[in-house]
Amino acid sequence: MTQQTASAAISPVTSQSSALQRFVWNFTDTFVVMRRNLYAYQRQPELLVFATIQPVIFLLLFTYVFGGAISFSTGGDYINFLLPGIIIQTILFASANTTVGLSYDLSKGIIDRFRSLPMSRAAVLAGRTSADTLRGAFTVLIMIVAGYIIGFRFEDWGSGIMGLLLAVAFGYAVTWISATIGLFVKDPEAAQVAGFIWLFPLTFASSIFVPTATMTEEWLRTFAENQPVSVVANTVRDLMTGTVNPDEIVLSLLWIAGIVAIFLPMAVWRYARVASR
Amino acid sequence: MPAKHAIIAQDVYKHFGDVKALDGVSIAAETGKVLGLLGPNGAGKTTLVRILTTLLKPDRGQTHVGGLDVLRQKQQVREIIGLAGQNTAIDEILTGRENLEMVSRLYHMPRPAAKRRTQELLEQFALTDAADRPAKTYSGGMRRRLDLAASIVARPSILFLDEPTTGLDPRTRIAMWDTIRSLVSDGATLLLTTQYLEEADVLADKIVVIDHGKVIAEGTADELKANMAADYIDITVADPHETDKAVQLLQPLSDESAQADAGRGHISIAVKSGAQSIAEVVRLLDSEAVAIAELNLRRPSLNDVFLSITGEEIVEEEAKPKRRGFGRRRSA
Repeated sequence: MTQQTASAAISPVTSQSSALQRFVWNFTDTFVVMRRNLYAYQRQPELLVFATIQPVIFLLLFTYVFGGAISFSTGGDYINFLLPGIIIQTILFASANTTVGLSYDLSKGIIDRFRSLPMSRAAVLAGRTSADTLRGAFTVLIMIVAGYIIGFRFEDWGSGIMGLLLAVAFGYAVTWISATIGLFVKDPEAAQVAGFIWLFPLTFASSIFVPTATMTEEWLRTFAENQPVSVVANTVRDLMTGTVNPDEIVLSLLWIAGIVAIFLPMAVWRYARVASR
Repeated sequence: MPAKHAIIAQDVYKHFGDVKALDGVSIAAETGKVLGLLGPNGAGKTTLVRILTTLLKPDRGQTHVGGLDVLRQKQQVREIIGLAGQNTAIDEILTGRENLEMVSRLYHMPRPAAKRRTQELLEQFALTDAADRPAKTYSGGMRRRLDLAASIVARPSILFLDEPTTGLDPRTRIAMWDTIRSLVSDGATLLLTTQYLEEADVLADKIVVIDHGKVIAEGTADELKANMAADYIDITVADPHETDKAVQLLQPLSDESAQADAGRGHISIAVKSGAQSIAEVVRLLDSEAVAIAELNLRRPSLNDVFLSITGEEIVEEEAKPKRRGFGRRRSA
């Protein structure tokens, strides 16, 4: 370093940066952190492979093991009922990764570096949730390919793709719940459990695998019919099988927006607290 | 004109439950100078660094960095500081180059500038050969260099290095000292924490000694040493029964009373000039036919500083393994 830089000794950013500039940095910082998280997946290919194989195994098991029994109540081809549901399940389970990844980062020195930089506070979290959403989207593509091989068909590609986008958007919202949990659980191993446990009731007490009408307990059926996972799963299922129901779509979008509106600020708030304990 | 003091902490308290990590610490680092924060494990050094670098909120006390209030102007403080913490803050999966580019981008440098700065740093820290290997393959010394490089990406005017050489072998440590010296040669202010008196001596313009969350001494290395002898001579007598006799013979050489362990025949005496006194030691013991098993001349250690300041030896915290000391407890 030279004497000139010494007398200048200013960092490349200045405190007088405009509000607009800071707003833009939220996104560029997020992008930088997201890329870092994606590198991790790219360099641990076995992680990606197993994360992809697992839902495909689910798909095959449910289709061939339960398919016969369940198709009585779905009144048709079970694969057309199941694939949209299992896509939601995959996306929910993929979000558990946000909990684990975040608590792992928190246990490492790297988070101290991020905190000591003049970067966007939300970017560490948003970079994680968006990377995990992309990973989820990738898995969904694999599922569609596997589904096609065993007999699934889109009724209409346009609405089918809308359905997939809705599923991914829901996944993004759920990663913010996972992020919040990851910030409360400090130990990466505990996060492994905490990341999944709340997903099981939401996944199984829903319309993902079976029609909710088959649930005999009334309280359970009422819960299963109205909880967001079912709302979104039904909408995605309808879209993927060619039915466009605007009311349903609006309700799903409201759930997605609501979840983000509550959990994004909560995660950011928690991150700031964890940061300055 | 920059303020006289780039880093100021006034009466800072931070307790973790019953543990008083910081118990009313005040320090001031002169702009453009190196302040060495010297203390044993668990003295509160890391806690103070974390507070000054916006990572931790103090219970009480005023903190200013670069004229900015650390609590109220966090984001502005982050723009002017660099931090290399005790746990090297690098991403193991990324390569050295990707680590530095990521940090550059998070300082909001445009992409070409980030690439240029990264290349510059890789060269400056002798990491060009390993630049495109994942950081997890790096040696301890390389990790520290990469971490240091990341901390000065934005050419900070105020730099915090928390035990930058702990865990390095002696040769790497000395190379690291050269690197650190070059970082501050251009007028940056450096707060350096260390457990090694020698390191503080070599690098720091002023030293603050802290223990149990309190400042127990401060001054230049010379001022601190003026209070104590320049060198220490460690003697082991062949026959431990002759320890007392040897102490009586040697005591006139020292202003301080000699430390002796009669069980093992160890004696340690503080002297003004080791080179002269060592001949005296041999002559005196020889005159009474006290056989010497071992004779060592050494520079004062942190323990000696503590002895002469507090009259007590360093009490190592119970909490070994090393990484569990409360001074370095992590917030996550």
